[in-house]
Amino acid sequence: MEHYWQEISALTMRWVRRLSREKFSMLFTLVQPMLFWLIFFGNLFQRAADTQVMQAPNYISFLAAGVVIMTVLNNGLAGGVDLLFDKENGFLERLMSTPIHRTSVILSRFIFVMAITSMQVLVILGVSYLFGVHPATGILGVATILLIGMMFGVGLTAISMAMAFSVKSHGDFFSVLGFLSLPMIFLSSALVPLTAMPGWMSFLAQFNPMTWAIDAVRPLILSGWTEALPHVGMVILVMLVFDALCLYGGAKAFRRAMG
Amino acid sequence: MDRTIAINVNRLCKTYDSHKAVDDLSFSVYAGEIFGLLGPNGAGKSTTLRTLITLLHPTSGTATVMGHDTVRDADTVRTLIGYVPQERAIDRFLTGREHLQLLGALYHLTTDEATKRINELLKLVDLEDHADRPAKTYSGGMKRKLDIACGLLPNPKILFLDEPTLGLDVQSRLRIWEYVRMLKARGMTVVMTTNYLDEADQLCDRLAIIDGGKIKTLGSPVELKIALGGDIVSLTLKELDRIPSLETELKGRPAIKSVRTTTKGLDIRVESPEKALPAILDAANRLGCSIEFIQYNRPRLDDVFIAHTGRAITESIPETESA
Repeated sequence: MEHYWQEISALTMRWVRRLSREKFSMLFTLVQPMLFWLIFFGNLFQRAADTQVMQAPNYISFLAAGVVIMTVLNNGLAGGVDLLFDKENGFLERLMSTPIHRTSVILSRFIFVMAITSMQVLVILGVSYLFGVHPATGILGVATILLIGMMFGVGLTAISMAMAFSVKSHGDFFSVLGFLSLPMIFLSSALVPLTAMPGWMSFLAQFNPMTWAIDAVRPLILSGWTEALPHVGMVILVMLVFDALCLYGGAKAFRRAMG
Repeated sequence: MDRTIAINVNRLCKTYDSHKAVDDLSFSVYAGEIFGLLGPNGAGKSTTLRTLITLLHPTSGTATVMGHDTVRDADTVRTLIGYVPQERAIDRFLTGREHLQLLGALYHLTTDEATKRINELLKLVDLEDHADRPAKTYSGGMKRKLDIACGLLPNPKILFLDEPTLGLDVQSRLRIWEYVRMLKARGMTVVMTTNYLDEADQLCDRLAIIDGGKIKTLGSPVELKIALGGDIVSLTLKELDRIPSLETELKGRPAIKSVRTTTKGLDIRVESPEKALPAILDAANRLGCSIEFIQYNRPRLDDVFIAHTGRAITESIPETESA
C-alpha cells in the first residue's frame, strides 16, 4: 500500500512537472478555448438568444453550465494523449518493466486529469461570476458541480485511454477525437436547450451523457436545490453506469495492449 | 562447464494473429556474460526481449529469469532486471535527474537511497553537468547515457539493452561499449539485441543469430567463426622447395586444422590465430624457411550470418515486426 502510494505520487508529479514546462501550450489549448466559448460566444449570442427559450436571465448564465461540461469533455477525451505518446516512444514500456502495480500509471493519469479539470471548472465559474452569473446553490452547489464533472470526466478519460491503447498511430487518435468532440457538444444541451432543438437532434441529444450532466449543473447555477436535486440524483445514476461501462472497456484495452 | 544460468528460455512461441514472431525458441544465458540476440529487423529479437522483461506473455513455452517465471513471478522478475529501451524512451520535458528520481520511486527506493544512487549513476555516465536540464536539450549520445543510467538505477542482476547503439555516432558507440564491458566486469549479466555485426562481435561473449523467429546458430563469436572452418593463414615462401618440408612439419600440430599447398606457399586453416601464428613462425624458423609474405584472413561475423541465414544482415526481409 505504501509502495502503491509512492508510485502514484511520483507518477502524478511527473504529469504536474510536464504541465509546468508546457505552460503556454496548455494554456492555449485547454483553458483559452473554453473561456472563449464563454466570453465570446456567450456575449455574442446575448441578443440573439431568446431568454424565454433559455429559461435563464441571459445567455451567459445559460451557457456557463455548458462550458463547464465542455471543459470536462475536452479534458477527458484528451486525457489519454500523453499515455499514447508514452506508448509510442517506449516510455510506457520502461515504466511497466519496473515492479509497479499495473494500475499505477493509469491511476496517476486519472488523478491528474481530474485535478486539472476541477481547477479549470473553478476558473470558468469564477469568470462567469465576473459576468454576473452567481451559482444559486452556493459553495455546496459548486462542490456538486465538481463532483458531477469528475464523474463524467472519469468515464471520458477511460474512453480516451482505451483509444490510446488501441489505436495504431496517434494520427488515428486525433481524427477520432476531432470527430467525437464537436458532435458531442452540438448534440447536447450545452448551447441550446433540448426543447429548442429540431426533433431529430433533441432525440439524439437525450442519449448523450453530456446532456444529463449539463441538465444537472444548469439548475445548480440558475435555480436552486429544489429544482436541481432530482437532476443531480439522476445524473449520478447515469454517470455510475457510464463510468462502469467506460472503465470496463478501458481495462480491457489496457490488458490487451500490455500483454 | 558448470555455470549459473541467469535466463532460461524454453520452447518460446509468440504468435500475432497468424504471424509467428517467435517460433519455438530455446536458449540459456549464463550469469555474468554478455549475451547478444543478433538479427535483422523483424527477426523476433525484440519480441524475445519483451517477453523476458515481462511485458509480453508467451503464446506457449516459458521463460525464467534467475529461476522466476516471467508470467507467474513477473513482479519478482521486475525487481531483478534493468531495461534500456530504444533511444526515444525519454520524457523530453523532464530533466535527467527527474527521470532517475521517478524511477527511484517506482523501484520503491527511499529518498536518501535514491539520491545516493542517482548521484553515483550521473557520475558514471558523465551526465553530472547536464542532470538538471530538460532531456529535450540532450544529444543522441546523452539521451542514450541517461537511458543506461535509468536501466542501472535498480542495481539490476540482469540488464537488458534494446539496440543500445542504434543511430549513434562512432564516439558515443564506443562509449556505450565501454560501459557495457565495465558492467560485465562488475559481474552484471547483460542481454542485448543488435543488428550490428561488429557490435555483436566486439561485445558479446555469446550470441544467438535469430531469423524468422528461430535461432539459426548460437555460440561465442569465435566459436561461430571457427565453425565456418577457421581462419586462414596464407604463407608465401622465398624458397619454393622448402614448401613440402614445412607442410609436413605443420600438419597435425595443435591449433592447426589443415594445411594445403599452393603455388607459392601454404594455406593453413587454424583454429585460433593466437596459438597458431607463433607455432607457424616457430616451425618456419626452425626449418630455415624465409617467409616473404604472410596474410591472415579471419572469417567475419558477416560470413557467419550469411552462412546461417542465406543473406546479409542489411538485406531487408518481407515481414515487419509486430508490436
